[in-house]
Amino acid sequence: MPASTAADEAILRFSDVAFSWRESDAFRLEIESFAVRRCESLLVMGPSGSGKSTLLSLACGIVSPQQGEIEVAGTTITGLRGAALDRFRAEHFGIIFQMFNLLPYGSVVDNVLLPLRFARARRSRAARDGEPAGEAQRLLVRLGLDPALHRRSAPTLSVGQQQRVAVARALIGNPAIVIADEPTSALDRDHRHAFLDLLFEEAARAGATLVMVSHDATMAPRFERTVELGGLARPA
Amino acid sequence: MAVVRLALLSLRNRWLTGLLAILAIALSVTLFLGVERVRTSAKSSFADTISGTDLIVGARAGDVQLLLYSVFRIGNATRNITMRSLDDIRARPEVAWVIPLSLGDSHRGFRVLGTTPDYFEHYRYRNRRSLAFDAGGNFGDLFDAVLGADVAAQLGYRLDDPIVVQHGIGALAGQEHDDMPFRVAGILAKTGTPVDRTVHVSLEAIEAIHIDWQGGARKPGPGLSADQVRNLRLRPTAVTAAMIGVTSKIETFTLQRFVNEYREEPLTAILPGVALQELWSLVGVAETALSVVSAMVLLTALLGMVTMILTTLNERRREMAILRSVGAPPRTVFGLLVSEAGFLTLAGVVLGTGVLYLLMAALRPLIDARFGLYLPIEEPSASEAIMLVAIIGAGCLAGVLPAWRAYRRSLADGMTIRL
Repeated sequence: MPASTAADEAILRFSDVAFSWRESDAFRLEIESFAVRRCESLLVMGPSGSGKSTLLSLACGIVSPQQGEIEVAGTTITGLRGAALDRFRAEHFGIIFQMFNLLPYGSVVDNVLLPLRFARARRSRAARDGEPAGEAQRLLVRLGLDPALHRRSAPTLSVGQQQRVAVARALIGNPAIVIADEPTSALDRDHRHAFLDLLFEEAARAGATLVMVSHDATMAPRFERTVELGGLARPA
Repeated sequence: MAVVRLALLSLRNRWLTGLLAILAIALSVTLFLGVERVRTSAKSSFADTISGTDLIVGARAGDVQLLLYSVFRIGNATRNITMRSLDDIRARPEVAWVIPLSLGDSHRGFRVLGTTPDYFEHYRYRNRRSLAFDAGGNFGDLFDAVLGADVAAQLGYRLDDPIVVQHGIGALAGQEHDDMPFRVAGILAKTGTPVDRTVHVSLEAIEAIHIDWQGGARKPGPGLSADQVRNLRLRPTAVTAAMIGVTSKIETFTLQRFVNEYREEPLTAILPGVALQELWSLVGVAETALSVVSAMVLLTALLGMVTMILTTLNERRREMAILRSVGAPPRTVFGLLVSEAGFLTLAGVVLGTGVLYLLMAALRPLIDARFGLYLPIEEPSASEAIMLVAIIGAGCLAGVLPAWRAYRRSLADGMTIRL
């Protein structure tokens, strides 16, 4: 266990990170310092193309920066390689995409259980009160998804329903951080707020840190903290 | 395993394209194995053209040449062998039976073979099967003829039809022995051997139709009538070749040496099996060509599968991104596609093999009757099994290219899928 100092309250920390997709690419994201506290809800704002999704990809280790360090829950993930990094992501992150979050095959429950396949600790947490499938169904019901829908295949659900399934998948087994990449962009205004309510409620219940990116400023008041990517990143 | 289950679920989601890929592979596996089967059975049919005969004796010649004219009725003997020599051979203690063969005449393009009634008993093909009569029977009268299956079928002969033998062969066939017509006494069942294309008559009949001939042409003036000839005691003085059976296999070489060293006349004795193999090595090039073609077909099917997987890859980028986001390591993405390719190939191989057996079971009697090609229904041979495993291996290998592309993309895409 890492020593419990005040600095360790940060669950996610970027230090002197620089990243570009390709060597020749004009786009380059540089973040000198950026930290997210445990259990915080944070909104990262920025216009399209400013590198919001890239920031999330870096945070959960889908891509690795060319330089700098990224630390998650006391582990320097920039030091992890390949399969270890994938396992780390599976254990610590729940990820919600903009849309099309679900595998087109398999049932709703199969989709929710998907991360447990790759994360042993999350799997045993999800199985605390019996079968993981039972936990998945409890979670889905809490998110307002009728049990009749649980065995349906994902593409037969509405977009709003699909996003709820995505939330259930991100939360199952209580990962430390939930990352959401504009999850409301496909929803209309009413659904957007209902969705955010659910997301906040469930993240709080699970004790998860919530990091969301959006270009929509109207959501800012609902988060504990909002940062502008422009203020974080330093254009090359 | 989890990856395999995912691959199957994903495949079920795209069942139509998957099914088409399986069908393409199955079809080419059927073709590949079918060609292989036909090839090996053609080879063994060929090797079994004549069995049960231990030696073939003829005038001194090359082994293949002797085989060609005595068994395949191709080409001509340089010389005949005298009956005296044949009697000397027959007198050897090693000899169980001797069947003289007399060639040189034809009937509308088919060779006429003069022989003894024993021929139908001792001639064996394909695992010592003996000749069977579809209709009629052996020679009774001097002017009885027994037709091979192809002769009867192509010329439309029935029992008791009269046929006239021509003197000579092919382009040289000129004058007809029309003064002494034959009667169709028997028609043989299809064998897939040169027997099918032969008109069989008795050795004495060959003598009879040439009784008025001298030096390849008919003597002028009125000849003997058929009835007059029947009353003669005909005794051939020479034959073209002879099939010989020995009392014991071990004696074959003793007898072969005796014939080859026979002093009165230059003779050659060959082991038909050995000569057949020698001949097959000459015609075996076609066999290789067939194999190459069917391998090409298989390659095409595998390429088709790679194309199928590659084209679906674009629409599956989200699937890959989702899997990566929930922590699936690259090897899962890799395994997903390779096992998909492997499964498609496996299903194709199983289906293709099944279809082949069904086809064989259904068409075997027809193929046997039409082409005299016997296709045994037996489990895949060791070499076929190796080929099938190699096909599945090649299928998995074919999945590596799309898998590698998907893996590269899943890294490059990160969390956003830019379509």
